[in-house]
Amino acid sequence: MNIFVCIKQVPDTETKITPNGDGSYIETSSIKWIMNPYDEFAVEQALLTKAANSGSTVTVVRVGGVKDTEALRTALAMGADDAILVEADDNLDSYMTAKALKGAIEKSGKNPDVIFTGKQAIDDDCLQVPQLLAQMLGMPSVTVVDGCEEAGGKYTLKREIEGGALEVYEVTSPAVIAANKGLNSPRYASLPGIMKAKRKPLAQHSLSDVGVSTDDRRVKYSGFQLPPEKPAGKKFDAMDEAAQAGVVAEVVKLLREEAKVI
Amino acid sequence: MAKVLVFSETSGETVKSVTFEILGKLAGHTVDVAVVGDMGANAAADLAKYGAANVHNLKGANLDQYSPEGYANALKEFIGSNYDYVFAGATSLAKDLMPRLAGMFDAGMASEVTNYVMDGDNFAGTRPLFAGKVLAKVELDGPKPGFITVRPNALGMPEAPTAGAGATNEVAANAGDIKAVIKEIVKGASEKLDLTEANIIVSGGRAMKSAENFKILEDLAEVLGATVGASRAAVDSGYAPHAMQVGQTGKTVAPSLYIACGISGAIQHLAGMRTSKVIVAINTDPDAPIFTKADYGIVGDLFQIVPLLQEELKKVL
Repeated sequence: MNIFVCIKQVPDTETKITPNGDGSYIETSSIKWIMNPYDEFAVEQALLTKAANSGSTVTVVRVGGVKDTEALRTALAMGADDAILVEADDNLDSYMTAKALKGAIEKSGKNPDVIFTGKQAIDDDCLQVPQLLAQMLGMPSVTVVDGCEEAGGKYTLKREIEGGALEVYEVTSPAVIAANKGLNSPRYASLPGIMKAKRKPLAQHSLSDVGVSTDDRRVKYSGFQLPPEKPAGKKFDAMDEAAQAGVVAEVVKLLREEAKVI
Repeated sequence: MAKVLVFSETSGETVKSVTFEILGKLAGHTVDVAVVGDMGANAAADLAKYGAANVHNLKGANLDQYSPEGYANALKEFIGSNYDYVFAGATSLAKDLMPRLAGMFDAGMASEVTNYVMDGDNFAGTRPLFAGKVLAKVELDGPKPGFITVRPNALGMPEAPTAGAGATNEVAANAGDIKAVIKEIVKGASEKLDLTEANIIVSGGRAMKSAENFKILEDLAEVLGATVGASRAAVDSGYAPHAMQVGQTGKTVAPSLYIACGISGAIQHLAGMRTSKVIVAINTDPDAPIFTKADYGIVGDLFQIVPLLQEELKKVL
């Protein structure tokens, strides 16, 4: 089975984000980069699928602009077999990213049986690439998946919808499956895994190698700015039990008469 | 003037309120609405009241229930070259469907905008990135139509509905080949509105100490008609399921009132709830970062304050 996982490298969730000088993107010089958290569930699911199907390989693909390849090495250290990096700007749009992923997968010469991704990247929060990639490859997609069972190339998938309800899908491979948190518990890379990862094959392509040009840009961003700060609110001390009832009554009154939200 | 279609979800006679928010913001333009599958007569009437020029109801085999491929195939054929922009609320269905549809047209898509202007033929939106840590202007390029999803509660309901013609038109539609089929829908724990659509949210953090203690938040939510959320710390401690998580690796929410109970306010949580219109925070630590974002901060023990709050609200609501 040819298993592919698409991952992205994103700023650590604790990073304070600031716009760059001309507001065309964010300041990236001092950012700590990590594997997109949802992609960790995708990598784990790929490795579980490989373990259940002997003779399978897991190829991890990433499109991105940061020179270091840490997220790919992390996936290789977790147990992926080989990796592909398409070098590109950090702020590609979803269409260009999906087209580059498609190009990279096709260039590998392996026909994908299944492609795992995270449900969204936590930097641009677009939630588009899995569906676009599936559409471009003529495959079905199921997104926001927090349950995945495979038997004989058939997948039973649980997709989270409103109010914690689940849609249960049945789909035959090849398919694109986008992982949600809760799908599994991602493993840590072991020390031998990290050592082995250094010797695993990592192919590198440019965007033009995989058939993507600047004409493929569909979304134009400008004017990156910090959201407006709220003025300081009112704070009440209610540590003393005697004061509590009064404070609560006052806050409820303010919610009704000042904020007018209840 | 741009030709605009709004994709709307309906459940029986109920139209998702985000559709009305979108229609209100498009007042002055000629806007059609498309609904796939069953639609009640009152739903059609409500869409007309809020400005739909035509309500197109796409019907056909395998379109009664959502499937990404079936809905996308049906809408693709209907949209053809008739529209410049296709809008939808950023619901879990539309977030799944719209990118697939955009891919069919090789078109661009702006996800979860929180505001927009239509200047003649041109769309320009505002969207939060990095879970709301920054905002940017977003425009679309490439083949038409452009696809846009709008975050529920971000625009607000239009003050006075502007009636459109609202002629309902039944369209025979084709679901085509469906490879991913829904076998079953498992009901969720909550019958309440999803966090992303909720108007009031009561959230609990690590200080809740247990899953059982979330009962006091549910009781408060009951009085307010609110949905209960949780911080990542509470989810990772097993007090609440991930579906309830608000924050950068959970849901980004925009309610009119957010009540944070025992949440200290990690940067990832603040990012996910900062677009709430009014924030109330309850925490024993007067220096907790959540207080920097709160309109009304109560320094106190949530286990004492929340029941008092519930009693006080019962008196006035």
